[in-house]
Amino acid sequence: MPTAGADATRLTKSQQTEPLLVVEGLKTHFATPNGLVKAVDGVSLSVARGKTLGVVGESGSGKTVLSRSIMRLNTAGNVITHGRVSYDGEDLLQESPKEMREIWGVEMAMVFQDPMTSLNPVVRVGRQMTEHIRHHLKVSKSEAAETAIELLRSVRIPEPEARFSNYPHEMSGGMRQRVCIAIALACGPKMLFADEPTTALDVTVQHQILNLLEQQQKDRFMTMIMVTHDLGVVAGRTDEIAVMYAGKIAEKAPTGELFADMRHPYTESLLRSIPKINQPKHTRLAAISGRPPDLINPPSGCAFSPRCPYAQPKCFEQTPPLTAAPAPGHQYACWFPVGSPEGNQAWETNMAAGRLQTLAAAGELNATEDIPATIGGG
Amino acid sequence: MAGSGKAHLRAKEETLLRVEDLTVEFPVGRGKVVHAVSGISFDIKRGETLGLVGESGCGKSTTGRGILQLPRPTAGSVILDGENLAGLSNEAMRQKRTDLQMIFQDPVSSLNPRRTVGEVVAEPLEVWGPANKDEQWAKVSVMLDAVGIDPDVARYKHPHEFSGGQCQRISIARALVLEPELIICDEPVSALDVSVQAQILNMLEDLKAEYGLTLVFIAHDLAVVKNISDRVAVMYLGKMCEVSESDELYAHPAHPYTQLLLTSIPMPDPLVTIDRQLSEDEGLPSPINPPSGCRFRTRCPFADEICERVEPQMRRVNDDHFVACHHPLVTIEESEVTISA
Repeated sequence: MPTAGADATRLTKSQQTEPLLVVEGLKTHFATPNGLVKAVDGVSLSVARGKTLGVVGESGSGKTVLSRSIMRLNTAGNVITHGRVSYDGEDLLQESPKEMREIWGVEMAMVFQDPMTSLNPVVRVGRQMTEHIRHHLKVSKSEAAETAIELLRSVRIPEPEARFSNYPHEMSGGMRQRVCIAIALACGPKMLFADEPTTALDVTVQHQILNLLEQQQKDRFMTMIMVTHDLGVVAGRTDEIAVMYAGKIAEKAPTGELFADMRHPYTESLLRSIPKINQPKHTRLAAISGRPPDLINPPSGCAFSPRCPYAQPKCFEQTPPLTAAPAPGHQYACWFPVGSPEGNQAWETNMAAGRLQTLAAAGELNATEDIPATIGGG
Repeated sequence: MAGSGKAHLRAKEETLLRVEDLTVEFPVGRGKVVHAVSGISFDIKRGETLGLVGESGCGKSTTGRGILQLPRPTAGSVILDGENLAGLSNEAMRQKRTDLQMIFQDPVSSLNPRRTVGEVVAEPLEVWGPANKDEQWAKVSVMLDAVGIDPDVARYKHPHEFSGGQCQRISIARALVLEPELIICDEPVSALDVSVQAQILNMLEDLKAEYGLTLVFIAHDLAVVKNISDRVAVMYLGKMCEVSESDELYAHPAHPYTQLLLTSIPMPDPLVTIDRQLSEDEGLPSPINPPSGCRFRTRCPFADEICERVEPQMRRVNDDHFVACHHPLVTIEESEVTISA
């Protein structure tokens, strides 16, 4: 079966331990009439074979642009990309568009957010699936059709033979997303990007699609990057999480470690601002004041400082580097990390000074978007 | 329920709004009809927040609009403060709409981009309020201030100069400026980032306390609904499944559909075990040709022959917890069972 994908047993020992994807200092900027939008601004990360990395952030944090930059899908004329994207030893940023065509689908594939618009509405589902199977795997029409029906069955679509000749509008949103997943899996990619794969779907369907992605990843030994704004989606389903803010990585850690011992105030604020079903009704939420940053003129120093409950004068002047935490694989970019003596001191100082962001985070104040960023004296 | 019944309704005197047997149908040609809402009943006390949850297509937004008579429901009564809105003439209904306001999902597109914020929020007063511009502005500035927007800065600005969260604050100010009895919030935070969502939810709670608002809060996010609601109603395919006080509903769901919704929520905690079973669940059946009996039976793990034949009626589980199911997940004392007909 050509759809077998990567297989752990086929790889040599050194290949297994070496990460499949290494991104170093990746910057993606967009030249616009208003200035340079620094959507991704110096991101470094690596993903080991067969593992899942979750990329979390709010809208405008650069998480989608990051995954598109790695796959070289940013084709607009105003894109400026720097850095290194090493996939299986090859630098993708140096590949020609023609070479990229042979990498897409076979080596890496993407599942997009909106299953309503990522399928062609006037082409039957079957043809959308067989088109690139035939191109990449050089098989006959009937063999490609067989493969496609087998794929539809593997993504749990009932009556795949009948569905093969449906148009997208004849299917529900969840079914269409299953088709999109089947298309992404068709040529057995070693690496799968899922960009908000369930955001447009109902909670019950979301649960099924996430289960499906997870099972397919295990069966095919795929490496996966899951991009989402929902910490709930990545919590139980990833090996590692990178939290992005203003085009940079704010914190990165193995999933269990991140939730058990979060260091960055943004990660903490994000988690605390989500309503949870095990809280009693009318629980006051710890809101984050302000709004996501402007990427043309990001705040000086730490980009989160204007909204941060821990911010000190230093944070407004100096950009914190990614620092290693004691636990292996845990990094954070903060001068006054959560839970550290300096962090606690910073919180106390801000509470005593009545910094509005800190009061809002403590749930003692109704945060608005217009709280001024400066702190007393600083 | 996917069933009917009124066991969950409270005494008429206690409630501000009482909706009985609300039915909304849309003809789609060739004699076919979309059964968007099929005979649901619920009530709201003054100062209470009722959460309406369900998957997309379950009729929760149509229910909200049905209360406002936009469009006029096919059948059923909507009694606000003792007066049946369904029986009012168009002109009388127009007058009555000052008591009912709505907040929409997309804050940016619900504000007229060519008007200033001052004009947008004053618009309801242009029709119903004082004719004097200064008096209007006095009211508008109080309202903008209450939602955390600086009135003097915002007055001559246009909506595009504000972020999504700020636009939602402005539409809340517009809804409040006529001092309505009831506000229908249709997914007011689902278009916002999580950090801004928390700000708006906290603010709605504060405004509710300050102005004694009564809210119908429609949303698909069960955690958001629990946070803001006193009472929650779960809808499925145009029917009501379960109505309960919020904490009780989430602690002891009685309807299999509520259970399904709750187990599907992704929890932001890696230690929670996830049900990883794969299914071929196709989601909601067509509302043009809904299943007989209990409408949830096609997806229900407990469905049997009676579910196909008989539509379940609302039954009391305990104090303020009602379910319409033949095989509820909690025991119901026989003495409390009230099966009508």
